[in-house]
Amino acid sequence: MLSTAPAIATPELPAPRGPLSVAALDTLRGLPGGQLSAAAAAQADPYGEDLQLALYCCYELHYRGFTGVPAELEWDPPLLGLRRHLERAFLAALRADVPGGADVTAEIDALLVEAPDAAGVSHYLRRCGQLWQLREYVAHRSLYHLKEADPQAWVIPRLVGPAKAALVTVEHDEYGAGNPRRMHARLFADMMTELGLCPQYGAYLDAAPAATLAEVNFMSLCGLHRELRGALVGQFATVELTSSPGSDRLVRAIRRLGCGPAAIEFYAEHVEADAVHEQLVRHGVIAPLLAAEPELAADVVFGIQAATLLADRFSALLQQNWTANQPTLRHPLPDAPT
Amino acid sequence: MSTEPIRRQVTITDDGPVLVHGPIEVVLSDGRRVRSDRAVTAVCTCRWSRRYPFCDTSHRRQAQAGRSCGGDAQPDK
Repeated sequence: MLSTAPAIATPELPAPRGPLSVAALDTLRGLPGGQLSAAAAAQADPYGEDLQLALYCCYELHYRGFTGVPAELEWDPPLLGLRRHLERAFLAALRADVPGGADVTAEIDALLVEAPDAAGVSHYLRRCGQLWQLREYVAHRSLYHLKEADPQAWVIPRLVGPAKAALVTVEHDEYGAGNPRRMHARLFADMMTELGLCPQYGAYLDAAPAATLAEVNFMSLCGLHRELRGALVGQFATVELTSSPGSDRLVRAIRRLGCGPAAIEFYAEHVEADAVHEQLVRHGVIAPLLAAEPELAADVVFGIQAATLLADRFSALLQQNWTANQPTLRHPLPDAPT
Repeated sequence: MSTEPIRRQVTITDDGPVLVHGPIEVVLSDGRRVRSDRAVTAVCTCRWSRRYPFCDTSHRRQAQAGRSCGGDAQPDK
């Protein structure tokens, strides 16, 4: 029995993880003392639990917000100021940690080649993943997939002509091509229900570690800043180019574990859809974008490299812990080892 | 008013599928019909797809296998 669509619900505010997220959450609750210096953000671990949660909460106001938090705080100057400190620290770390360059073709070619010894999390799940690990993986991914395609939608008004038309074609597909039951976020929620997870938007925010939040934060960061539109396109390309074979491995993992059709359908849909999206993003979005604005090449490369870096960090966290039979969510699922 | 007919776009990619714009019905050699309601459909031309007649990016593995001699040319079925 599949779920009906989850009710429109706003997530609960999460528990803070340090001084930065205390400052952000206090502001969201309307408590005084939410101010924070640029130095405090600069001193924090840019990939750490505290900064990533604080940033995630700032960004969530632009999506669905939180229960009990006034919607007008989306454009609250002190909160935007705090967000800017967090973003600068995160962005500086990413720029320092990727090789850089402006050779988009070389970066894309690298994404299309899969090493025989490739060791991503989808390889692990296909090879030896257990059901609790698949459930953990899906809970992590719910932070993005329940708002699938939303962060990339911010870039639409920042593109023109053929690049815009092709990106909208991909987004249209992500949103179910006019059929709300085929929206990818809806297919994901159906899969969560079938796997015994809570399909409510934001249900696993408290449980999600920094590595999970950082991937979504990078999308929101690039989506919300016109200056980073090239990086957003690079991030989008990275997902669309690597998703089809990865989704195929997940289909096989889920079949091996004997899960039901709704669990298979989400990833099966992505095998086929993302084979199309790969072509549209490469030839329809990136090529005309760079023809019109060649100076964006370095930003596209940055988007690809940063998205890959964050995906690798997430993948490493899961595999290192799973190999040691350890859970990876901050609040482990009931069937995870203790 | 233009009398030019609206032509469906079919794009041949250098390394992979043929992209057909609009919902389509593909007739297979054994007479079976398969539908795709996508705005754009990627039709497999390398014949290695596990979701034939639709592309699943298996052509990438073929290209790689062809490049690295001694590589396993069989897709991981």
